[in-house]
Amino acid sequence: MKYLDEFRDSTLLKEYLAEIKCTVTRPWSIMEVCGGQTHSLVKHGILRLIPDHINMIHGPGCPVCVTPLHLIDKAVHLALDKNVILCSFGDMLRVPGSEKSLLEAKAEGADIRILYSPLEAVRLAENHPDREIVFFAVGFETTAPANAMSVLQASKLGLTNFSILTSHVLVPPAMEAVLDDPETKIDGFLAAGHVCSIMGIDEYYPIVEKFKVPIVVTGFEPVDLLHGILMTVRQLERGEYKLENQYSRIVKDEGNVNAKKVINDAFEILDREWRGIGTIPASGYELRKDFQAFDANKKFNIDLPKVREHEICIAGDILKGKKKPHQCEAFGKTCKPETPLGAPMVSSEGACAAYYHYSNQDAITT
Amino acid sequence: MKDTSKIKMQLQCPLPKLDFEYITLGHGSGGLLTHKLLESGVFDLLSNEHLDKQDDGAFLTLKHEIAITTDSFVISPIFFPGGNIGELSVFGTVNDLAMCGADPKYLTLSFIIEEGLLFKEFWEVLVGIKWAADKANVKIVTGDTKVVDRGKADKIFINTTGIGEVHSNAKIDINRIKVGDKIICSGNIATHGMAIMSVREGLEFESTIESDTQELNHLTAALIKQYGSAIKFLRDPTRGGLGTILAEISKDTNVGIDVLHDSIPIDPLVFSACELLGLDPIYVANEGIFICIIDGQVAEAATEFLQKLAYSENAAIIGEIVEDHPNKTVLVSPIGGRRVINLPVGEQLPRIC
Repeated sequence: MKYLDEFRDSTLLKEYLAEIKCTVTRPWSIMEVCGGQTHSLVKHGILRLIPDHINMIHGPGCPVCVTPLHLIDKAVHLALDKNVILCSFGDMLRVPGSEKSLLEAKAEGADIRILYSPLEAVRLAENHPDREIVFFAVGFETTAPANAMSVLQASKLGLTNFSILTSHVLVPPAMEAVLDDPETKIDGFLAAGHVCSIMGIDEYYPIVEKFKVPIVVTGFEPVDLLHGILMTVRQLERGEYKLENQYSRIVKDEGNVNAKKVINDAFEILDREWRGIGTIPASGYELRKDFQAFDANKKFNIDLPKVREHEICIAGDILKGKKKPHQCEAFGKTCKPETPLGAPMVSSEGACAAYYHYSNQDAITT
Repeated sequence: MKDTSKIKMQLQCPLPKLDFEYITLGHGSGGLLTHKLLESGVFDLLSNEHLDKQDDGAFLTLKHEIAITTDSFVISPIFFPGGNIGELSVFGTVNDLAMCGADPKYLTLSFIIEEGLLFKEFWEVLVGIKWAADKANVKIVTGDTKVVDRGKADKIFINTTGIGEVHSNAKIDINRIKVGDKIICSGNIATHGMAIMSVREGLEFESTIESDTQELNHLTAALIKQYGSAIKFLRDPTRGGLGTILAEISKDTNVGIDVLHDSIPIDPLVFSACELLGLDPIYVANEGIFICIIDGQVAEAATEFLQKLAYSENAAIIGEIVEDHPNKTVLVSPIGGRRVINLPVGEQLPRIC
């Protein structure tokens, strides 16, 4: 596949690996922000191939993992309403709520549809005027434009039976929260390439300056990741801190201007609760006042009791990079993809799922 | 794969002119309407000396050891690029018999229809069944039709049970698998699953991917005739895909399996679609390929043999049985990364971004 094969080329990978080995002289901790990057690192065996000096810390960039528990409960509650068709990205379905997951609700008779695009949900709303269509709009800046577009479209069509249950989160404030945490020591970042393809790179300059930390905008293929690691290590070894763009074939400095406009038209920034991390100031999107009729949170006014996370699960520490999945006592034992205690074991971008599926499995008794 | 015989069959079997458009509960009652439905052309279409007798069951005589299998088909949508549920219900059961080292002979055919199914659609499914049965050289010898209330089925469910005669020199036995045996994959993986995915509600994407659903009995017959007992195991990796089958084999037989990622045949379009949707092709369903575990000594020759036959031009050796890591199937990446292939947890779900 063009634009893919060349970024999985084994000769190039070996060259990058050799270059990293030559460059690194001291221990460095580098956080890859996005869960997609974590999966790629583990899936392709890169964690085992890079020098021991480099400690890759897995970041909070897993939308499923950071969606608050009470919001999943809300989605389940809504889905069980016979008048509602709840639409969701596939990844959300297995995430455990406090009582059940959306998949379990589906088995109980809830009408839940897996969609790729929120615009499909708008179409459903047009085709089912007698039903309430709720789209579970989770994700980072990457899914925000399409979710925003769905609301703008529904508004244009005058639909009154469409709404989104939103839990949009933003990457840069999360990076700052991680850096502010005294227990987390991070020397450099691989920033999430896809997020930057929408938002551009400008928001990262202040972080570089404030925390004196190198940030390299990085892609997701093995060659991208090794290249990103090499660029970060070079800066660290030279004592530099700069913002660099490894993923320039996709990421423009200004990002995707049209997508940003759509986001800005529909959403405003507010404080947001992150599952496992807590509330981070100015770290999420909510629909602007003009579009509140499309906000499922307001439309349905569901008051559910706040519930606590599972006692053993250390998802919060994993998301902040304080611990690795195999350092959890439940990992691979009571917590497995089929019986997850926390969201990182479920999502295709969760660090625990990555470790469980792709690595260190000799330790797992199945 | 374009097959003109299918188009020919469709032209030869035009939709009968009837005084009803939809199938209703009455068509499954066993009374007048049922007769009307079956006499509408169903019997004529599937006609053979056994079915024509219209007995409660069929009387069959076979010469060799027999293999029997059954399967139910509940797919949605029932029409997909490259086939329909009817063809699938014939090929699926035929292929399960082929994987037992048998020559499929007879099928039963049982419909559970949701009321409101268009007769036109039912007919299209039937023509698919006829075409597939002819192609696989099997006869439909008995059947049943039930109609259920709307909402109690999804358009049409089909069950087929098949009987075949075991090839005299076949020795398919999972317990004969040993270290040094090689694994051949007969063709491109993940094609059927991605063809279905491309037309599933909510996930539609533009593609020209067509299901690979096809009969495998002629291929396995040729392979068994040529290589006999060197063939230890045959399996068509349908639901759960190649990964599930390999993980099952290593668990069931306590052997280790090494699979080389880059040796697995896959169509570039299908690979791209999997990448876009975030699905792992090794867990995506197939309907027109099989894997064969064969004595390492003849594996290369058998692969070349398959490559010369229609439907298995892309056959390749994808891995081998190894002494290391018993119980586990390990996928080896081109840069030496290794990962265990586990049984999947439920259906693969598309990712968020």
